[in-house]
Amino acid sequence: MTPPTAFPSTVDDVVALLDRHDYVADRRLATSVFLALRMKRPLFLEGEAGTGKTEIAKVLALALGRKLVRLQCYEGLDVAAAVYEWNYPRQMIEIRLAEAGGDLDRDRLAHDIFAPRFLLKRPLLEALSPTDGVAPVLLIDELDRTDEPFEAYLLEVLAEYQVTIPELGAIRAVEPPVTILTSNRTREIHDAIKRRCLYHWVGYPDAQRELAIVRRRCPRVAESLACEIVAFTQRLRAMDLYKAPGIAETLDWAEALATLDRVALDPQTIADTAGVLLKYQDDIDALSPEVAARLVGEARAEGTRS
Amino acid sequence: MTSRPGPGSIGSGGAPAALPGGRLAGNVVQFVRVLRGAGLPVGPAHAIAALDATAAVGLDRRDDFRAALSAVLVSREDHLPLFEQAFDLYWRDPRLLERLLASMLPTVQGDGEPPQSPAEIPARLAQALLPPKQDPVPEGGEDPAGLDAALSFSAREALRRKDFESMTVDELAAAKRMLAALRLPLPEVATRRSRPSARGHRVDLRATLRRATGATGALAPLRFRARICRTPPLVVLCDISGSMDRYARMLLHFLHAVTNDRDRVHVLLFGTRLTNITRHLRHRDVDVALARVAAAVADWAGGTRIGVCIDEFNRRWSRRLLGQNAVVLLISDGLDAEGGAGLNHAMERLEKSCRRLVWLNPLLRYEGFEARPAGIRAMLPHVDDFLPVHNLASLADLTRALALPASRVRGARIGMGAAGSAHPPARRQEPAPWK
Repeated sequence: MTPPTAFPSTVDDVVALLDRHDYVADRRLATSVFLALRMKRPLFLEGEAGTGKTEIAKVLALALGRKLVRLQCYEGLDVAAAVYEWNYPRQMIEIRLAEAGGDLDRDRLAHDIFAPRFLLKRPLLEALSPTDGVAPVLLIDELDRTDEPFEAYLLEVLAEYQVTIPELGAIRAVEPPVTILTSNRTREIHDAIKRRCLYHWVGYPDAQRELAIVRRRCPRVAESLACEIVAFTQRLRAMDLYKAPGIAETLDWAEALATLDRVALDPQTIADTAGVLLKYQDDIDALSPEVAARLVGEARAEGTRS
Repeated sequence: MTSRPGPGSIGSGGAPAALPGGRLAGNVVQFVRVLRGAGLPVGPAHAIAALDATAAVGLDRRDDFRAALSAVLVSREDHLPLFEQAFDLYWRDPRLLERLLASMLPTVQGDGEPPQSPAEIPARLAQALLPPKQDPVPEGGEDPAGLDAALSFSAREALRRKDFESMTVDELAAAKRMLAALRLPLPEVATRRSRPSARGHRVDLRATLRRATGATGALAPLRFRARICRTPPLVVLCDISGSMDRYARMLLHFLHAVTNDRDRVHVLLFGTRLTNITRHLRHRDVDVALARVAAAVADWAGGTRIGVCIDEFNRRWSRRLLGQNAVVLLISDGLDAEGGAGLNHAMERLEKSCRRLVWLNPLLRYEGFEARPAGIRAMLPHVDDFLPVHNLASLADLTRALALPASRVRGARIGMGAAGSAHPPARRQEPAPWK
């Protein structure tokens, strides 16, 4: 891996850095990222699914030349899976060896088997005491999927950048990792967590930025088709849907249409590929052929104007 | 600040040594009783501490005295306003207090003097200061216990059976007290977390290893862990349209008790639009909480657009509130102003996003109840339980019905609320005729 790049020194540098790695960020997000890097505070990103929250962590790791340590949250996530676990088989062997060797000094045995070499690092501990000595990018993904006890545990990690292992004491990061937390808001995260972080709501991109993203990420999609795709999805989001398509769905759809060798939108193609864009049957029903035809007409009109 | 003469002769510079036997001690104790009557969790230990605190700060300054009592008697920020008001009312001329409170009570005629600020005194505080008697002077350690204690068992039984809609003001007040004591024990669900347990099924390697280092010998006793169980989140959707008005006001007292009893309870009200009142209900004091709810809700006792409101819930709230296996309580009479338009669809979506959907309907008390209205017909196929909720007994039965495991057989659990109850409320016994 390349040696870590220095943190960007201005917001413009952040925009340029992300742009070099094909992430088209808006100014507010870039400012939040800049502040998070500068102030060494965790960045809490909340927003609908598929708006590029996880992607920013990946791109940051790549752009800054640091390892990405990812902790995917789920209900019941505990310390053993998130922070550390003792290597029990090795500990047992150690005990048996000590016994076989006739060494029955209990205190020394207890001290020996709870040594760092028997410790299995899980993502959080790995991020705080990286093996290569370079503070990584720590991504705590979909925090809303876990439960309150784990949130409470995170408070110490986020505020002090340290974890406490009863047998070893507190382990503190020499250099705090670049920490990104994401949430899809399937429930509210506790204020105590948010207070320790910089907060940024990741919304859907506007047409101009979405077009820039499609051009960057799907270069094989024809320019005119890209314009139509973006104009169409922007209109779709204005509809009353259960789940509006995110930027991830737009990119998938652009790829799908390119794969099908389409050069322009038509109602039949939309009906055939609606499942790429919309993930609720109710929403797909709402996108009837007439509605699709109307949206395509509007999208085309806009495409010719621009 | 100048001190004023009062029942406890504040400002008279009474010697602390004279406290324990003096008239002040009795007044401090009575004040603590008043606070208890108003709902603050204070007991004899607090009264003793209050006396000690009074002795320590002396009586030269009224604000010191107030701060001392506040420090000892108030343990939550929520309780502070109640304490302040009680202090102001209690530690001043007793005749003034008497007139002020008497003018507030509808049953007692005031002597013509207009009340100073009756709206600012919480009803419960007034009640605690002034027991409902003919001679309401709080002297001589009269027990300020309210209606609940005064009710005989049979009176309470009668109250339990009585429909909310036909209760008098006094009966409603008594019913509210009983409602505040109700709890809602949902069946617990196993989570993915575990705790050390002798009867668990998973081996706790960490504890076992810890143990093994302390013991010599070839065998290490295994330690186990068991899953932690906890109640699922509860989401309450309560109809506050005109036809539900009386019930909704009573149910809010019940919902306040449930909200403050456990975590992960969300309450939304709907009439013509949807309002989330969870944060308002969280206030410990029921009067303050309900006042905040009233301020937040714009469509009290108006029309009903059940379909629109449930659809709005599905879009705006369901993904945020129903994430962790939530149980949904839908409280409504099902009388939809829009004839059930879109209701079938919205209910189907709601049913699919929650663990269990319980419909509480006050109309179910009528023997001849039939699902004629289009709204009810549209909603019924999608609920797991359909239960009456028109009096205290049916609410108490509700807690029993919810303790049973959910059956996803639509419409088959109608009126199951009273299963095992010695006094089943009025309800339909036979299978639903609308199926």
